[in-house]
Amino acid sequence: MKFPLAVSAVIILASISLLVGAGDLSLTALLWPQEGQHATQILLISRIPRTLALILAGAAMAVAGTIMQALTQNRFVEPSTAGTVESASLGLLTVTLFVPDSPVIVKMLVAAGFALAGTALFLRILKLVPLRSVLTVPLVGIMLGGIVGAITTFFAYRFDLLQSLNAWTTGDFSGVLRGRYELLWIGLALTLLAYFVADRLTLAGMGRDFSTNLGLRYRSIVSLGLIIVSMVTAIIVVTVGMLPFLGLIVPNVVSLMMGDNMRRSLPWIAVLGAGLVLVCDILGRVVYYPYEVPIGTIMGIIGSALFLFLLLRGRQRLA
Amino acid sequence: MIEISNVRKNYGDTIVVRDVSLQIPRKGITSIIGPNGAGKSTLLSMISRLLPLSAGTVTVDGLDVTTTPSDVLAKRLSILRQDNRVGSRLTVRDLVEFGRYPYSKGRLTAEDRAQAARAIGFLGLEALADRFLDELSGGQRQRAYVAMVLCQDTDYVLFDEPLNNLDMKHAVGMMKLLREAADALSKTVVLVLHDINFASCYSDYIVAMRDGTVVRHGSPQEIMTSEAIREIYDMEVEIQETQGRRISIYYT
Repeated sequence: MKFPLAVSAVIILASISLLVGAGDLSLTALLWPQEGQHATQILLISRIPRTLALILAGAAMAVAGTIMQALTQNRFVEPSTAGTVESASLGLLTVTLFVPDSPVIVKMLVAAGFALAGTALFLRILKLVPLRSVLTVPLVGIMLGGIVGAITTFFAYRFDLLQSLNAWTTGDFSGVLRGRYELLWIGLALTLLAYFVADRLTLAGMGRDFSTNLGLRYRSIVSLGLIIVSMVTAIIVVTVGMLPFLGLIVPNVVSLMMGDNMRRSLPWIAVLGAGLVLVCDILGRVVYYPYEVPIGTIMGIIGSALFLFLLLRGRQRLA
Repeated sequence: MIEISNVRKNYGDTIVVRDVSLQIPRKGITSIIGPNGAGKSTLLSMISRLLPLSAGTVTVDGLDVTTTPSDVLAKRLSILRQDNRVGSRLTVRDLVEFGRYPYSKGRLTAEDRAQAARAIGFLGLEALADRFLDELSGGQRQRAYVAMVLCQDTDYVLFDEPLNNLDMKHAVGMMKLLREAADALSKTVVLVLHDINFASCYSDYIVAMRDGTVVRHGSPQEIMTSEAIREIYDMEVEIQETQGRRISIYYT
C-alpha cells in the first residue's frame, strides 16, 4: 500500500464526514438553499470543525501512543494504559473545582502538568519494579491509572461533577463546534515536533545504553517525549474526551507493516490514526441514525477486537 | 590512550570495582579477563560513560569521560554491551545507519550511506540488510550490532563479550575481524572476554581482574602461565604452546 493512497482514503473519509449527519447537507442544499435550510452554516459551524477535530485528534493520539511505546520499550503502553489520561482528568477536575472560570488553554495546561507528573511517576515505578516482563509494564500503568481514577471519581462525586468527568473520559465529537476545537491545532504542532525529532525518538526506543553510545542525551529526549505525550493527552481530554486503544492499535499495525524507524513510520501512523478515528465517528453517526453513538464506544468495540487479533497474532510469531 | 586512575564503583557497601588504575595503550587489542563478578563489565561501562563513577577519573585521549559532552565522545569511542535486547523493529540497514548518528544527527549523507554499506559488507550481512532484527538468529543479530558499532567509526571500540551467541566458526570470524579492525583500520579495540584462549591468541595486551581489582596485566606470554591463571581464576590449568600460541587446557 502506498502513502498517497492512504492520504486519498483519508480525504474521501473526510468528505463523507462532512456530508453525514442529522441536518441535510447535500450539494443541492449547499448551492441552492431552500427556505429554512442552513446548509452553509451547518458546514462552517459544525461539520468542518468536527471533521478537522477528528483528523487532528486521531493523528496526534496515534503518534502519542508511538512515543509512549518507544520511551517504555513496550508495545502495550499508551496514554490510557500508563495513568496519563487519568492524571489529565484529575488535573482538569482540580482546575474546574478551584478556578472554574479559567480559560480553556489554562485548563489544558493544568491538565498537561498533571499528566506529565502522572506519567513521570509511572516511569519512576517501572524503574523500581524489578521484573519487567512485557505484560507487567502495562499492568502497572493500568493499576496506577485505577488509583488516580478512583481519586478523581471520588472528588467528582462529592462535587457533583461526574457528568463532566464522563465527558472527559469518553471520546465524543458531537459537541465539536467552531470555537471549541481549536486547541487541537496545538496537537498538530506537537505531532510535527515529534516528526522533527523522529530519529532521536527511534534511538530512545533502543534503550539508554544504545542512545548514550551514539551521543544522544537520553534524559532530555525522554523528557521531550513525555511533554509531547502529556500535552497531546491533555488537549484531547479537554476538547473531545479520551479515544481508547487508538494509541495502541495504530502504532502496532504500522510496526508490523514497516518497522519502528519513526522517520519512515510516523507519517503512516498519523494518517492511519486520522483514518481510523474518521471511520469510527462516521459509523457512530450512521449506526443509529439520526441519533449518535459516541466514538469512544465504537472505538472500544473495534479497538478491542483489533487488539485481541494483534495479541493472538503476536503469540503465533513467538511460537 | 585510555587512562584510568583510582576508579571505584560501589553500590552502598558493596564495592564492585576498587581503586583501579590502568593505562590501555593506543592501537591493537586489549582484552580484559577474569572470573565472574570481577568487575570487568562494570569497568568497561564506566570507561564508556554508560555508568557513573563512584570515584576516580577516566580520560580518553585526554578527554574526561564524565565531563566531555556525550556527542563529542561518541565520535571517539563506541561501546557494545552484552545482552542487547533491542525491542524496536528496525532493519539491519536502519540499525547500521544509526551508527552514523554522531556525525549525521539523522540526516544521512551519501558518504554516511556508503560507510554503512561498507560495514554491512565487512560483517557479511548484505543478504540480510533489509531484514528486521527480530527476524534474525542470535548470532546474526550480534553481527548486526557489531556492524553498527564499526559504522560509528571511532578510534576506540569497546565490546563486552562480543562472542556471545556465536558458534565456533563465527567466534573465530569475529576475532579475526576485530584483529583486522585493529591492524588495517588502526583502531584501539578493548574486549571483555571469557575464553582466555581467544584472549591469548588475538590480544596484544591482557588485563586480568579479580574481586574488583587488576591483579595482572601484560602480554599474552606473561599472563598465560599456570601460576598467573591460578592467581586470577583460583584454578589449576596446564598451559601448552602450539604454533607459537599459548593455550590453556582447562576442560578436565
